[in-house]
Amino acid sequence: MKAYIIRRLFQAIAVCLAISMISFFLLFLNSDPALLLLPPEAEIEDIEIFKKSMGLDRPVLIQYLSFLKKVLLHGDFGNSFVSKIPALDLVIERIPATLKLSLLAVLLANALAIPMGMISAVKRYTLADNLITFLALVGQAMPLYWFGIMLIIIFGVFLGWLPISGSDSFVHMIMPSITLGAWLLPVNMRLVRSGMLDVLNQDYIRTARAKGLFEKTVMIKHAFKNAMIPMVTVTGMQLSLLLGGAVVTETVFAWPGLGRLAVESIRMGDYPVVQAIVVFFALCVVIGNLLADILTAFIDPRIRLE
Amino acid sequence: MIQNYTDSILAVRGLKKYFPIKTGVLKKTTGFVRAVDDISFILRRGETLGVVGESGCGKSTVARCLMKLYDITEGAIYFNGKNIANFNDSKLLEYRMMVQMIFQDPYASLNPRMRVKDIIGEAIRVHGLSKNRSWKEDVKDLLNNVGLRESHMARYPHEFSGGQRQRIGIARALAMKPKLIIADEPVSALDVSIQAQIINLLDRLKADFGLSYLIIAHDLAVVEHISDRIIVMYLGNIMETASDKDLYNQPAHPYTRALLNAIPDVGKKQKGNRRMLIKGDVPSPINPPSGCCFHTRCPDMFSLCSREKPKMVEISKNHWVSCLKYKR
Amino acid sequence: MSSETIMTVPHVNQKKPSSLFNILRKMWDLKLGMMGGVIIVGMLICAVGAHLIAPFDPYEQDIMERLLPPSFLEGGSAKHLLGTDSVGRDTLSRIIYGTRISLIVGISAVLIQVVIGVFLGLFAGYYGGKTDSAISFMVNVMMGFPFILLAMSLVAVIGPSLQNIIFALGITGWPVFTRVTRVETIKLKECEFVLCAKTLAFSTMRILLKHILPNILPSILVLGTVEIARAIIRESLLSFLGLGIQPPTPSWGMMLAEGRDYMLSEWWLAALPGFAIFLSALGINLLGDAIRDIVDPHMRKS
Repeated sequence: MKAYIIRRLFQAIAVCLAISMISFFLLFLNSDPALLLLPPEAEIEDIEIFKKSMGLDRPVLIQYLSFLKKVLLHGDFGNSFVSKIPALDLVIERIPATLKLSLLAVLLANALAIPMGMISAVKRYTLADNLITFLALVGQAMPLYWFGIMLIIIFGVFLGWLPISGSDSFVHMIMPSITLGAWLLPVNMRLVRSGMLDVLNQDYIRTARAKGLFEKTVMIKHAFKNAMIPMVTVTGMQLSLLLGGAVVTETVFAWPGLGRLAVESIRMGDYPVVQAIVVFFALCVVIGNLLADILTAFIDPRIRLE
Repeated sequence: MIQNYTDSILAVRGLKKYFPIKTGVLKKTTGFVRAVDDISFILRRGETLGVVGESGCGKSTVARCLMKLYDITEGAIYFNGKNIANFNDSKLLEYRMMVQMIFQDPYASLNPRMRVKDIIGEAIRVHGLSKNRSWKEDVKDLLNNVGLRESHMARYPHEFSGGQRQRIGIARALAMKPKLIIADEPVSALDVSIQAQIINLLDRLKADFGLSYLIIAHDLAVVEHISDRIIVMYLGNIMETASDKDLYNQPAHPYTRALLNAIPDVGKKQKGNRRMLIKGDVPSPINPPSGCCFHTRCPDMFSLCSREKPKMVEISKNHWVSCLKYKR
Repeated sequence: MSSETIMTVPHVNQKKPSSLFNILRKMWDLKLGMMGGVIIVGMLICAVGAHLIAPFDPYEQDIMERLLPPSFLEGGSAKHLLGTDSVGRDTLSRIIYGTRISLIVGISAVLIQVVIGVFLGLFAGYYGGKTDSAISFMVNVMMGFPFILLAMSLVAVIGPSLQNIIFALGITGWPVFTRVTRVETIKLKECEFVLCAKTLAFSTMRILLKHILPNILPSILVLGTVEIARAIIRESLLSFLGLGIQPPTPSWGMMLAEGRDYMLSEWWLAALPGFAIFLSALGINLLGDAIRDIVDPHMRKS
C-alpha cells in the first residue's frame, strides 16, 4: 500500500511537470511572445531590447528551467503582461469565486444524480429507467453554454426572475450553478447507475435478498455502500470535467472566476497568467485523481494488485 | 539421460523459466515463480512424446518456451542440434515452419473475425508456401486432411463445434508443413466422446505427414495410446520418464503411481490392489519445497526427501526416475 | 471474488460479425436508434446538398431585412423561415451550411484522434513495459489538462482556421482511444489466437493490424461515434469563445456567439444555432448507443 501511494505520488509529480513544460513550450510553437506582446509597429531594436529585458533571447530550455525554478522556489509565474500584477496573485484572487460555483454545482448534480441513478438501476428496464437514461442522453448532447444562454433567456429575459450576470449575491449563483450542475449530472448519473448495477449483480446482494431482508435494507446497507466506490473515483476524476465546465459557465455568465480569467488571458495573449492557471488546474486534477485512487485503494483492496 | 543427439529432433537441456514477481515503489524483482525448474529431455524423430502433470506443473510453459513465445531463463533448446536461442530472423522463420503448435482452447485459438480459409490460409499466403497453384487449393486439401469439407471455407469459427474448431486449428498448424507439432492439451477442452476422434486424427496425420509430436495433457488416459514415451512433470520438474508400456506397467515414482490410480478403472485391471491417492494441493512454485519437490505430498516420504534433491536415475533401459528411493 | 476472476478471463466475443443488413434490421427495433439515424441522415443531406437546399446564400447580407424574427413568431416573414441575423443573412441557410462545417470538423478531428489514439494504444498494450509506461504517462498528462484550456491555447498560438481547429481537436482528443485500445489489446494479446499468429511467424504489424485490431474495432466504432458528437460540441465551443471558425464562415458556435449579443431582444438568434448543435449531438449519441447495443449486447444500457 505504501509503495502504491509513493509510486502514484511520483507519477503525479511527473505529470504536473510535464504539463507545465507543455504549456510553457506551447508559447514557442508559433512565433516568439515578443511579437504578440508589442504593438505591430514596434521597431526591431525595440523588440531586441524587450526580449533581453524579459530574458526571451535565451534558449527555450534554459528559459523553461529558470521559469520552473522561480515557480518552485517563489511561486513566481512572472507578472501579467496586461495588468503587470504577479500572475499568481491574479489567480489566487479568483479562486474563491470558482470554488463557490463548483461546490454548489457538484452538490446540485449529485443531489439529483445519486437518487436518479439508483432508481434507474433498481427499476431497470422500467419506464422510469428509460426516462432517466434518455434524459441523461439528452443532457450529454446539450452544449453547456447554450443551456446557460437558454436559462438566461427564459428566466432572465422572459420571466425576469433572476439576474442575468454578476456575482454580488446568492441569487446570482443560481443560474451558473444550475448550468454547471446540469453539465455534470448525466455523467454522474450514468456512473451511479452502472456502479449500482454491478453491485446488484453480485452474489452477496442475492444472498442478502435470499435471507429475506427488506428490499430497502438490502439497497441501502449493502448495495449503495458498495456502489459508492466508483463514485469516489469519479468525483476525483471529475475535477477536470468540472474545471472545463467552469471555464465555459463563467464566460457565459460573466462570473469573475478562474475560468473567465483563463479565457480572457488566452484571448489577450497574457501567457504568464495562462500558465499559472494551467498549472493550477493541472495540480487540482492530478491531486484529485491521486486522492481518488488512494481512497479507492483503501476501500477496495483488490485495486492495489494492479 | 541423453544418449545420442543424432536421432533427436528436439533436445532440451537444463531448461528453466522463472517469472519475476515485482513489488515496491521501483517494481524491484523480489521473487520468482519457478514455472519450469531445470528439466532436460529429448524428442526423437518420428516419436510421440507425452508430457503429463497436474495444472500448474509447468507443462504449458515448456510448450511456450519451445515455441519461443517466452524467453527462457536458463538452459538451452536444440532443434536438429542447433540452439534455437541463436536463431536470427530467417532461421527463426525456418524454425517456425518446422515446429508448429496446437492450442488448448479451440474457442480462444481461432480469430473470431476471420473466415476459416483465412485462418488456415493466411500463413500460406504470407509466406508464399503454395507451389504453382492458388493458396485456396492448399486450404482445400488441408480441410480434407483434417476431416472437414471445402464448403466450410467461407464460414466463421463460431459456426463450428469444439471438435471441428480443433480440426481447424490442426489444419492451420499443418499449413506450415511442419516436422514437429507441439500440442498443448489438444483435447482437454472437448467432450470425452470427441477427444478420441481428435487423438485418432493426430495419430493418422503423424503417419501421413511424417510428423513428430510433443503432446501435453493433464490426464494420463489421453496420451496413453498415442505416446511412445511419456514424461511426468510435477512443479516444474520431471519426475519420471519411460516408454508408454514401462510407465503403465512398472510406474516407479510415487507421483506417477498416484496419477495412474486417478484414472477411473472401468473394466480395467490396475496394477496393485491398493488405490492410492495423494492428499493436499500442489505447493506454490514461488517457494517450492526443499529437497524433492514432491515430498510434501509423497506417501513414501522418508527423512532424506526434505533435504536432498533427487537426481535422475535410470532404473531400467530408457526408464528414468527422479526419486531418492532409487538413489544408488 | 472467485466468480469475478473467472469473468475477467480474456474473452473474445464469439458473435458473428454483424452484416449491414443485420445492423439495419436491429436498428429498426431500436426506436431511439432510428431517431438518431433519421437525424444523422438529415444532417448528411444538409451537409452534402447545402447549396441545393438552402434558400439563400449564407453570406448574402441584406441590411433592409436585418434581425427578422422567424416566420412562426410575430413579425416574421415566410421568406426567411428562421429569420435573419444582424446583417440580414438568412439564419436557416446559415444553419444548413453550418452542418457542413460541423460534420467536417467532427469527422476529421475524430479520424485524427482514432489514428493517433488507436496506434498508441496498440503499441502500449502489445509491448507493455517501458513503451506502455511512456504512452500511459502521455495519456495521463493529456488527461491532466482541462481540455478546453489546452485547445484554446493551442488555437491561440497556431491561429484560428478550419484546419487548425481540426488539428487542435484531433491532437487533444486521442487519449480516450488510447485508453480503450490499450486495455483491449492487453486482454487480446494473451489470447491463444494471437499467440498462434506469433508461432506462424507473422510480423508484429500484421498481428496488430490483422489479428488484434479487427477485434477492437467495434469498441472503437462506438466510442468514435460518441466522440464525433463531442468534437462538434467542442468546435462550436471554441468558435463561441472566438477561438474557432472565423467569420463570416457559418459555424453554429460562432452564430451562437453573435446571437448572444442580441439575447435580450432577438433571443432566437442564440437559441436556433444552439438547438442545431444539440440536435445533431443528440442524434449521434442515440446512434452510438444503438450501435453499442448491436455490436455488444452485453454492454446494453449499462
